[in-house]
Amino acid sequence: MSGRYGLFVMVLLLAAALVATACAGQKAEEKKIVKVGVIYPMTGDLAAVGNDHKAIMELAQEIINGEYDLNIPLAKTRGLPNLKAELQLVFGDSQGKPEIARSEAERLINEEKVVALLGAYASSSTAPASQVAERYGIPFMTPESTRADLTERGFKWFFRNIPYDRMAVESQFKFLAAVRDKGINVGNLGLLYENSLWGQGAAQEQRGLAAKYGFTIVVEVAYPKEITDVTSEVLKLKAAKVDTVLSTNYINDAILFMKAFKEQDFTPGAIIGLEGGMVAKEFIPSLGKDAGYVLTTATWSPALIETKPIVGKINAMYKEKHGKNISAYQPHAFTAVMVMADAINRAGSTEPEAILKALKATDYPGESLIMPWKGVKYDEKGQNIYGDVPILQILDGKYEVVFPFELASKQLVWPAPPWSERK
Amino acid sequence: MDLAVILQTLLSGVMMGFVYALVSIGLNLIYGVMEIINFSHGAFLMLAMYIAYWLNVMAGTDPVLAAPASGLAIGLLGALTYKLIIKRVMKAPALAQVFSTFGLLVFLEALAHFLWTADYRTVEKTAFSGVVSLFGLRVGLAKLVVAACAILTTAVLFWFYNRTKTGKALQATAISHRAAKLMGIDTDRMFLISWILGGATVGMAGAFLASLYNIFPTIGTTFVLLAFAVVVLGGFGSITGTLYAGLIIGLIENVAGIFAPAFKYAVVYALFIGVIVFRPKGLLGR
Repeated sequence: MSGRYGLFVMVLLLAAALVATACAGQKAEEKKIVKVGVIYPMTGDLAAVGNDHKAIMELAQEIINGEYDLNIPLAKTRGLPNLKAELQLVFGDSQGKPEIARSEAERLINEEKVVALLGAYASSSTAPASQVAERYGIPFMTPESTRADLTERGFKWFFRNIPYDRMAVESQFKFLAAVRDKGINVGNLGLLYENSLWGQGAAQEQRGLAAKYGFTIVVEVAYPKEITDVTSEVLKLKAAKVDTVLSTNYINDAILFMKAFKEQDFTPGAIIGLEGGMVAKEFIPSLGKDAGYVLTTATWSPALIETKPIVGKINAMYKEKHGKNISAYQPHAFTAVMVMADAINRAGSTEPEAILKALKATDYPGESLIMPWKGVKYDEKGQNIYGDVPILQILDGKYEVVFPFELASKQLVWPAPPWSERK
Repeated sequence: MDLAVILQTLLSGVMMGFVYALVSIGLNLIYGVMEIINFSHGAFLMLAMYIAYWLNVMAGTDPVLAAPASGLAIGLLGALTYKLIIKRVMKAPALAQVFSTFGLLVFLEALAHFLWTADYRTVEKTAFSGVVSLFGLRVGLAKLVVAACAILTTAVLFWFYNRTKTGKALQATAISHRAAKLMGIDTDRMFLISWILGGATVGMAGAFLASLYNIFPTIGTTFVLLAFAVVVLGGFGSITGTLYAGLIIGLIENVAGIFAPAFKYAVVYALFIGVIVFRPKGLLGR
C-alpha cells in the first residue's frame, strides 16, 4: 500500500518539477508585449476583406518581431527595440456593422488594453470606432477608409494613410479634363453609386467637382449595396444617354452592374470606378474579358509587384505562405502596421500622449513603403499628405497605369469598344 | 419614359419574380404543413450554390444542370434537419423551434466560412452565356434559362401538390394535423416530405442562382429576407400566393428601381409591413 502511495508522490513531485522548470523557462524568455488593436469585418458580407487583411497584417507583425533583411524600419531588428518589446496585433470583428465596430473598439481598449487601434475598412464602421478611440485618448489609424469627412471632424487622435475620396475624385476629374484637352469627347456624366456613407460622400464630391471643371451630370443612380437585380438601374443610365459613368461600387454590386451593362448593351465611352469593387481581387476573375476597358482610381496597383523591388519581396513572402499575390487594399493594411509600429518605437513608450507625438512627427520614407507614395507624413488633421492617386485601366486582363500620362504603363483606350465588337 | 424601357423593366421584373417565388416556395411549404418557420432556409440556398459551384469547378457541370444534384442533396439535408432537430422540438415552445432553425443557420454559415473561406466565388464555365434579343428586348441567356427553369420547377411542384395523392395529403395535413391523422394520413411522413420538398426546391433554386450571382457564405441572407417578404405577401401556407407574391415583388423592385433605385427595397419592405398590418393573412393566406 505504502509503495503505491510513494510512487504517486514521486509522480506528483516530478510533474511539479516539470511545471516549475517550464514556467521558469518561460519567465526568462518572456518579453514585454505591446498590443495594437485591429478592427475588421471578419464575418458577414465583407468578411473576405477582413480575413485577407488579417493575413497580411500578421506578416507585418512577423517582420517586425523577427529579423529580416529588408529595407523597412524595424525589419532588421527584433520587435520594438526602444521598448524592448514585441508587437502583438489583437483582432476584433466588426461584422461590417457600425455598432459592432464601436463595441469592438471599446472591448479592445478596455479589456485588451491596446495602445493604438487600426481599422475598420468601411467608412461607416471607421467613424464610430474612431469616435471611441478619441474619447479614450488612444490613437486610431485607418489604412483604407476613404470617406472625406473622417478627417474633418477635428479629432486629435485620428490618422489616415490613404488619400481620401476627395483626392481620388479630384484625380478622376483631373483625368477627365486631361482627356478632354486631348480632344476626346467626354460627354455627359452619369453618377452610379451605392447609397451608404461612402457612395453618397463620393457623389457629393463629384457634383462639386463637375461644376468646377465644367462637366454636366445628366443622371444620378443611387442603389442599396445588397441589391440582387440591377436591370432597372442600368436602363435608367441608358435612357439618360450617359457618355461617361462615374461608378462607386463594392465588389458584389460592381460585378452585377458589369454583367447588366453587357446584357442591356450599354457601352458608355468610359466607366470610371472609385477603387472599391473595381480593384477587388475578384473583379477581373469574375468577369473575365467583360472587365476590359474599365477605368478606376487606385492607390495601389499589382503592377508594382514587378516595378518596385520592396513590393516584390513582400509579395514573395506572402505568396509563399498563402499561395496567392497580395491585392487591393492589403498593402494599405500592411503599411498601417509598419507606420504605427514605427511611431510606437520612436515614442519609446506606450503612453498615448507619447505615441501621439511620435505619430505627428512621422516622416516615413517612400522607398520602404509597398505603396506608390512619396512617403507618409500627416497634416494637422491627421491626413497623409503624400498619397497619390493614379488612374488604372483594365487592358488584356491586367491593371495598367494610364494616368498621369507620363507614368503610363499602357496607352489609354477611350472610348471603350461596344460590347458587340469585343472578342 | 420610353416604351422599350418600360417593357424591359416589366420583363426583368417577371423573370426575377419567378426566381424569388422558387426561392420562397420551400419556406412556405414547410410553414404551411408544420407551422414552423425554417430560418436556416437561406443557408440551404447558400449550400446549394456552393454545391453547384464545386460541381462546376471539379466536373465542369453547368450550374443549371447541377440542379438535380443540389436539389437531392439539400432535400436530404431537409430530411436530416427534420429527423434530427425539428422532430425533437415539435412539442417544445415556439421560441425553441425558432432558435433551433436559427441556430442551424448560424452553424451552417460558420461552417461554410470555415470550409470555403469568405472569398467571393464565381462560376466560370457556363454553357449559357451571351445575350438574346426578344422583340427588341435584351435578356442575358443565363438569366432566361434560370427563369425558365424556375417556372418549370414551380410547375412540377404545383402539379405534385395539387394533383397527386401525396400532394393532397400534404394539403390535408396543412389544414389540420388531427383531422388528417384521423383520415389515416401518416402525418409524420407528411412532415418529412414537406422538409424534403422544401429543401429540394431551394436546393434547385440555389443551383440556378449560382450562374447569376457571386457565391459567399452569407449570400443566403440577401435572398431569404426577400423570401420572407414574398411569403408574408402571398399568405402563410399558400403556395399559389407565393407564386403571385414573387411576381409582384419582382415587378415592384424593378419598377421602383427605375424611379427611385435608392429606395427600391424600402418600397418592397414598406409593402411587407403594410400587408402585415392591414391583411395579416396575406393575399391568399388561410
